[in-house]
Amino acid sequence: MKHTISVLAAAAVLGSAQSAMAQTEVEFWHAFTGRLGELVAEQVETFNNAQSDYTVVATHKGNYSETLNAGIAAFRAGEQPDILMVFEVGTATMMAAKGAVKPVYQVMADAGAEFDQSKYISSVSGYYTSPEGDMLSLPFNSSTPVLWVNRNKLQEAGIDPDTDLSTWEQVGTVLGQLKDAGVDCPMTTAWQSWIHLENLSAYHDVPFATQANGFDGTDTELAFNSAAQVAHIGAMGEWAQDGKFIYAGRRNEGGANFRAGECALFTESSAGYAGIKSEAQFEFEVRPLPYWSAVASEPQNTIIGGASLWVMEGQSDEEYKGVAAFLNFLSSPEIQAKWHQDTGYLPITSEAGDLTRSQGFYDANPGTDIAVIQMTAKEPTANSKGLRLGSFDQIRGIIDEELEAVWAGDKDAQTALDSAVERGNALLRRFEQASR
Amino acid sequence: MEKRVTFKGIWLPLLLVLPQILITAIFFFYPAGQAIWQSLFIPDPFGLSMQWVGLGNFEYLLSDRYYRASFVTTAVFSILVTVVSMGVALYLAILADRLIKGSGTYRTLLIWPYAVAPAVAGVLWLFMFNTRVGVVTWYLGLLGYDWNHVLNEGEAMGLVVVASAWGRISYNFLFFLAGLQAIPKSVIEAAAIDGAHFWTRFRTIVWPLLSPTTFFLLVVNIIYAFFETFGVIHTITSGGPQQATTILVYKVYSDGFVGQDLGSSAAQSVILLFIVSILTVVQFKFIERRVHY
Repeated sequence: MKHTISVLAAAAVLGSAQSAMAQTEVEFWHAFTGRLGELVAEQVETFNNAQSDYTVVATHKGNYSETLNAGIAAFRAGEQPDILMVFEVGTATMMAAKGAVKPVYQVMADAGAEFDQSKYISSVSGYYTSPEGDMLSLPFNSSTPVLWVNRNKLQEAGIDPDTDLSTWEQVGTVLGQLKDAGVDCPMTTAWQSWIHLENLSAYHDVPFATQANGFDGTDTELAFNSAAQVAHIGAMGEWAQDGKFIYAGRRNEGGANFRAGECALFTESSAGYAGIKSEAQFEFEVRPLPYWSAVASEPQNTIIGGASLWVMEGQSDEEYKGVAAFLNFLSSPEIQAKWHQDTGYLPITSEAGDLTRSQGFYDANPGTDIAVIQMTAKEPTANSKGLRLGSFDQIRGIIDEELEAVWAGDKDAQTALDSAVERGNALLRRFEQASR
Repeated sequence: MEKRVTFKGIWLPLLLVLPQILITAIFFFYPAGQAIWQSLFIPDPFGLSMQWVGLGNFEYLLSDRYYRASFVTTAVFSILVTVVSMGVALYLAILADRLIKGSGTYRTLLIWPYAVAPAVAGVLWLFMFNTRVGVVTWYLGLLGYDWNHVLNEGEAMGLVVVASAWGRISYNFLFFLAGLQAIPKSVIEAAAIDGAHFWTRFRTIVWPLLSPTTFFLLVVNIIYAFFETFGVIHTITSGGPQQATTILVYKVYSDGFVGQDLGSSAAQSVILLFIVSILTVVQFKFIERRVHY
């Protein structure tokens, strides 16, 4: 399997190397298809047309996991691309791979490119920054969870659609009213671990893992079985038993239910905007993610999901100059503002946010700035900077399994979270050993 | 008198079997050897460093109760897939064997599902049983049954078994039908004249004469259920809910390609290698004795 992948990767590299010999070629592997794939192609084309020294060649390598695996296999075969897109849960894996990746700040410094890290929104770039404050990878597409509301559904159930839903206590009351009014799906969710544990922890400023959520070292241990998380998962479990929270699947399966108008409330990424806008036949609205007023008097910031761009080791200086130019191009306010408005992903620089506001986008599309505000309202703490945990894709799988046990009524919240912590810690120890 | 062709020297026969030996060595022994070698290390994903752990990977795996539970899941899954796919195939083959008109069409139609790739079969079944838009789910809802394989472990297992067995029925059907048609009609007619009913004839004549086919299919189907059902599980349940459908092969994939834990993944491959060796020995030593060729 490994060999097949590297042969394919090698073939892809050979095939693409034939075009545009005069210019330095920059290989960029990404994980986007459909509309997002088109938008990436558009960015690349704009860059290629705007200058004549470098040609960026963008290649789709499958979904996030497949792209990461393709990058790893290619590196082992010595055929790695210049730029590799890696989803946020792969961050620790990439960071630990010293000798395989070249940190972005270093790429910029070596290439003599202009690079001001303070331009980037810290709650976005912080996820990809070293403890010393150096940017390791460039945030590319970042989103954060919000609460999507089907206003018609609330109205049908006799609830004021403008009712306050900023706390989970209030949401609980509304869920009860919806259930009593005979709504089949009062609430559903996407990405349960990301929203209801990872973000819940950051939002209430409680640790998800020790060692500043793994930022301070690989000897981190999971800590999401404390009172705040147990209370939330316990409440969700009760709602699931009462038919107030409908579990649809581990990924974003619940989105189909919400977009079809079956569910009243939906916790999902802010990047769900494009899909919901195009499909929803009802009046919808974006609200900030609710918090427990019993746990915190006001919420901290939420954390991001999405992917960042990593620069791989072992390329020529000329190529690194091209990489630096391309990354700077992606960070420019115009390109970022367009990306933000087209996709619903967060802008990575504050300039891009300001530009979007001055262009009147937020006024024309109410609610699209909720995610930005939610991310940036407060300076991130050690608990809300992000997560840096090895094997985290698999740990999420474990969390999914344990949460399913709670939704099915097989385990209580404390037992399930204790078990997830214990099983996840075993994986963290393996990772610690592997990256020693 | 024994007829045997013998070669004079050693070089010619060696040369003749060399291609076979080379292929086996390059495509079977070398990768298997690599897996065994890698299972003794904890490497980092990028191959930058490796740490010798001896049998540490095996200790880690076998002390994990979820991994041990996966053996039971795999056994249940494999037995169910084998029984369902072979049982239905045999039933259909018996019917087809008795058909006089239209048996050609019937046979052809039954073979079609075999051409459907496991992952695609998985998606097809998933659509039918989708908890929201699935046709079957909707009819079950009308009957008052609330289908939810996303949370119900038994239903999830049932769904992946049916989806895995479905495509396999065609393959088994072909072999059973060929086996049935190879049974001399005169034997069966003689029994019928002696007053043996269908069931008696089946039990005393057809089943024993069919046993080589059944044995072959048993071996092939168990190996299929062990190794090739990965696509179905990946598309339908991803091993969930909880760990209800995480079979051993799926865990090899998820540790290796989701967790990038190549040491553990290699160790699991070695364990699988071991299990399959035992299974094969058991099958040929004990079950084959009951087979009449």
